[in-house]
Amino acid sequence: MTATATEPEMPLQDAPADLAIATKGLTKRLSGVAVVDGLDLAVPRGSVFGFLGPNGSGKTTTIRMLLGLIAPSAGEVRLLGQRLPSGGSAVLPDVGALVEGPAFYPWLSGRDNLARYDRVGRDSRRADRGARVDSALERVGLSAAAGKRYRAYSLGMRQRLGLAAALLRPRRLFVLDEPTNGMDPQGTREIRHLIRDLAAEGGTVFLSSHLLGEIEQVCTHAAIINLGRLLTQGPLHELQALGPVRLRVETDDVVGAAAVLQRLGLLDVAQRDGSVLAGLDGRVPEDVCRALVLDGIGVREFVQERPSLEDAFVSLTGEGFDVAR
Amino acid sequence: MWRAELGLLLRRVRIKALLGVLALVPIGVAVAVRVAGGGPDPGSGPRFLDQVSRNGVFAGLAALTVTVPFFLPLAVAVVAGDAVAGEANLGTLRYLLVRPYGRTRLLVAKGMAVIIFCLLAGLVVAVAGVLAGVALFPIGPVTTLSGTTLSLTAGIVRILGASLVVGASLLGLAAIGIFISTLTDAPVGAMAATAGVAVLSGVLDAVPPLHALHPWLLTHWWLSFGDLLRAPVLWTDILRNLGLQVVYIAVFASAAWARFSTKDVLA
Ligand SMILES: Nc1ncnc2c1ncn2[C@@H]1O[C@H](COP(=O)(O)OP(=O)(O)O)[C@@H](O)[C@H]1O
Ligand SMILES: [Mg+2]
Repeated sequence: MTATATEPEMPLQDAPADLAIATKGLTKRLSGVAVVDGLDLAVPRGSVFGFLGPNGSGKTTTIRMLLGLIAPSAGEVRLLGQRLPSGGSAVLPDVGALVEGPAFYPWLSGRDNLARYDRVGRDSRRADRGARVDSALERVGLSAAAGKRYRAYSLGMRQRLGLAAALLRPRRLFVLDEPTNGMDPQGTREIRHLIRDLAAEGGTVFLSSHLLGEIEQVCTHAAIINLGRLLTQGPLHELQALGPVRLRVETDDVVGAAAVLQRLGLLDVAQRDGSVLAGLDGRVPEDVCRALVLDGIGVREFVQERPSLEDAFVSLTGEGFDVAR
Repeated sequence: MWRAELGLLLRRVRIKALLGVLALVPIGVAVAVRVAGGGPDPGSGPRFLDQVSRNGVFAGLAALTVTVPFFLPLAVAVVAGDAVAGEANLGTLRYLLVRPYGRTRLLVAKGMAVIIFCLLAGLVVAVAGVLAGVALFPIGPVTTLSGTTLSLTAGIVRILGASLVVGASLLGLAAIGIFISTLTDAPVGAMAATAGVAVLSGVLDAVPPLHALHPWLLTHWWLSFGDLLRAPVLWTDILRNLGLQVVYIAVFASAAWARFSTKDVLA
């Protein structure tokens, strides 16, 4: 079904060292339902990897397995080369994680909450704890609210504090489950910047989302899942090529242009406020443009629209991207 | 690492309030004796209460007697039941585990914090009782249950020792509470179930036909701390009590570990 994708056919012990996350046949059954079903993920080191699927498609369940919070019913996980859950104590200090939303102690301040998480690790260094906590808070824009109790934080502030916890130490991998949930557009933009920075510093970022458009702008790679199964994965541009290429023509003669496109056999020709839309369906855009002009249609704008991930999803499943289980 | 858990516990308003209530009970008892003008007749009422008006430090022992059946186990149930289920309920459990905390380490640290809370709870009751007694009644050398006399200092040391024995007798219940706490993500349920275990044990202990079972009941030897006030100290029941607690701890700590080390953390 998938035209693209770096699907690991080899057993995981031979998984290439350049994968930050590799899973093989990863499966989780909850109450008899395969919530995650035979997932083979290959997340290259250094990538910003979007893990996309509608609500209830199994993203968080997968992430829980990646981090050793739950045991797979079948299959296996490698995180930075280590088997999970057994290798968790070795590899998890290098992983910053946000799972199913932030969680903190309501009666502690933001700063004390971060210190609490930092303190309980074997690798905890007291000497620079205060400095690391403050710089993590600053990085997510929470310095001013650091002394406030978590109870009083807004949803967006809580999400930021969750990200700050992931930034407490230098990490090689970030696993971020819906990091922009509950954020306003400004916050979402800031998070996107942060993710780009993390990748620029050499880290791998694995982030899940049910909002395709939001992710598309930061990712180098993506995987799309639905109902616990992998639909496709690979470099972003390859995934986008799975969707239909669409054409948008702006003209003063919408009716005439639509007639020409129809005659040429383009798909789903539609008129919408001053422009005509159509599926290119493999036709060469130059030919279409020439035909329009030869027919005397004045073309103001002629755009070949890159298909979105959402288009890819729809063409893979035949459904919209809002199905829940 | 257990210091981090203890610190987290003692910073909670809820826990401070709990310890405050434990301190208020003995104060209330001492005040009641004072207002009633002397307390119960000698030999009647809760053990040691009849002595309070003659020697204030006995209020520490009377306070232990009064709080052991209900208030102390309730406080322990609240803290132990919350140990793991509370973190699961907040969602902080998943972040502690990916930190990574280590499941065994986390359980051990929680256990240590609960142990210290139990001992602290006993101490708070005894100290509050002694202080209230000293404030409201005359004090002097302590007459033991055997009729001999101890100096005031030696008497107070025995009373503090008794409070530690009381704290230690709560550890079996604490282990049960922590085990129940690993079974659920609902801390209130775990607390109620743990308190229920203590109540059930007390009820079974009061049913005569079950006398063969009695020596094995969690709560059966809880009042044995009074034997510290004999001359010489009568250790038999105190050691039976502590030995039984060790058995309960071994069983339920193992069960808690077996459960928690493989548990799917979905909260
Ligand atoms: N404890 C559970 N028992 C049974 N089903 C569950 C449990 N937790 C989650 N699920 C189901 O698993 C599916 C995937 O959930 P999740 O991984 O949270 O999806 P996503 O993060 O993609 O929204 C959902 O249909 C959800 O109802
Ligand atoms: Mg989710």
